[in-house]
Amino acid sequence: MEKFETLKAIVVPIDRPNVDTDAIIPKQFLKSIKRTGFGPNLFDEWRYLDHGEPGMDNSNRPLNKDFVLNMDRYQDAKIMIARENFGCGSSREHAPWALEDFGFRVIIAPSFADIFYNNSFKNGILLIKLDADVVDQLFKEVEAKEGYQLDVNLQAQTITKPDGSVIEFELDEFHKHRLLNGLDDISLTLQHVDDIKAYEQRRSQEAPWLFN
Amino acid sequence: MAGKTLYEKIWDQHVVRDNGDGTALLYIDRHLVHEVTSPQAFEGLRLAGRKPWRVSANLATPDHNVPTTDRSKGIKDPISRIQVETLDDNCEEFGITEFKMDDIRQGIVHVISPEQGATLPGMTIVCGDSHTSTHGALGALAHGIGTSEVEHVLATQTLGQKKSKTMLISVDGKVTAGITAKDIVLAIIGKIGTAGGTGYAIEFGGEAIRDLSIEGRMTVCNMAIEGGARAGMVAVDDKTIEYVKGRPYTPKGYMWDMAVAQWQDLHSDDDAKFDAVVHLDAASIQPQVTWGTSPEMVVAIGDKVPNPADESDTVKTEGMNKALTYMGLQANTPINEIYVDKVFIGSCTNSRIEDLRAAAEVAKGRKVADNVKLALVVPGSGLIKQQAEKEGLDKVFIEAGFEWREPGCSMCLAMNADRLEPGERCASTSNRNFEGRQGQGGRTHLVSPAMAAAAAITGHFVDVRELV
Repeated sequence: MEKFETLKAIVVPIDRPNVDTDAIIPKQFLKSIKRTGFGPNLFDEWRYLDHGEPGMDNSNRPLNKDFVLNMDRYQDAKIMIARENFGCGSSREHAPWALEDFGFRVIIAPSFADIFYNNSFKNGILLIKLDADVVDQLFKEVEAKEGYQLDVNLQAQTITKPDGSVIEFELDEFHKHRLLNGLDDISLTLQHVDDIKAYEQRRSQEAPWLFN
Repeated sequence: MAGKTLYEKIWDQHVVRDNGDGTALLYIDRHLVHEVTSPQAFEGLRLAGRKPWRVSANLATPDHNVPTTDRSKGIKDPISRIQVETLDDNCEEFGITEFKMDDIRQGIVHVISPEQGATLPGMTIVCGDSHTSTHGALGALAHGIGTSEVEHVLATQTLGQKKSKTMLISVDGKVTAGITAKDIVLAIIGKIGTAGGTGYAIEFGGEAIRDLSIEGRMTVCNMAIEGGARAGMVAVDDKTIEYVKGRPYTPKGYMWDMAVAQWQDLHSDDDAKFDAVVHLDAASIQPQVTWGTSPEMVVAIGDKVPNPADESDTVKTEGMNKALTYMGLQANTPINEIYVDKVFIGSCTNSRIEDLRAAAEVAKGRKVADNVKLALVVPGSGLIKQQAEKEGLDKVFIEAGFEWREPGCSMCLAMNADRLEPGERCASTSNRNFEGRQGQGGRTHLVSPAMAAAAAITGHFVDVRELV
């Protein structure tokens, strides 16, 4: 996993609540057996005017010019602001894979769905929860000013606005530490092999049917 | 000291290592595997030179991509075929038990595991699928995980977890005749909203939940995720133990007695404290129909499509407007004047034998309406299909004009050939009415199996209680 320290980038607004993982990456693209290459199909049904299928040449497809990701002013966006319950629905990790592959490293919203939240951090995407009125203010500022950028610092847990004002955000140590260091969860867990074996030893006496 | 909730009891029994910061390494008893979210995890294992920690904890089946028509010809779509073959190859390579496409035990992963007794009370159960919450109906702690976590569970048999808050949803009193588990859970989501359970493990309780069969409780727990909660659960009672008894993976002999003795404790203590408690009055629940593109956009059959102008929250108003446009509906249209093009009875929410019986009871001796182009019945597993055929339900459906198919996820998410065309409207017993879920441009209305069958017969939504 790529580590995350700071990011200053253009911000794109996705202005609707309950953006679900079917919208983020439609199911036909879940047939891939790879982890990469989902970026061109991020928000496929909102981004293109035709029906997308795996294997298509996306560069020739008709674009929905009204969708924010297709607007010139947001072309280099790496930070997204979103509304309540972003990432709800299925557990598909293809959703954060598509967001990361497209170039997003930070998403700011009032709330995220639980499984999506975990999946994103495992793929180097920083999710920031802010109060709904703070997010609402960001929407207004982003839409008002072309080229609007935010400067995110994970260590300091701050977001600096173009006018120099600072928003602080909360994040548990668990996710912060892993993201700052780009740590692989499996290697970390396997440092505790003895604990796992001891648990199995004890538990197989207490509840042997679980180990049949 | 206050007593423990069911969630806390199962959590405590599975802590391998407490990190002291509200997170812990939890042991996973059962890992269910399907073709869509596992290939990248197996690839990760291979690249790191790792093997599954405990092979026997895993059970696999293909379900999302499988065709529901004649399987002797294999899978026509080459990309779907590769994904299912990849699962076969991975299970073979790592020695994992798989019920393949031609096995009578194959079916939707959340249907076959309880059916086989692979889901047991008190277990921790995970799967790379959000509807893993289904298994909580048996007093297990079960939730969906992403593919990185699938790989983690394969490699270590554990998962790093943050402890959830606990919520009790108590459905008090008795439901009226004709009200099903699906109506109860849709009413719950209508009340708490799709993010109401975020950060919580939900325990469903109250008389109306206790009155449900185990299959009905599975329907309720299945949609906990649609209320934002990764896990939904119901306390163990005599029905749970009776359901589990004698299944292929269920413990036998002295181990059965030992297990049953321990399962008796799988309920929240009387003095347990929940972080949130929600009450619903069972008697007030009517047959439910969703009208929008989120499961919380739900009303009773006798209601009208809501008017966004009546909503004070501007973000919600905008969401409602977008939903009405997508759904091709006008505010204030009576729900029973909405006509459907297709009907889907199936999915991990509603494809068990009781669901099929309920739909067949409505369909019996009647015909699918002329305006309904396709009415599909997709059993949840090969064994359910076999049971239904033994009871003659297949004939009831076929004579009424329904199609009787092979088991799988099918048109719940349209990864196989079963789907809606743009603009088509569907009465569906599945769990999500998101944009494009059942096919690009498709319009989904979530209902119970009986309500779906009633819509197929009359061609529009109707209160099923008027038909039976």
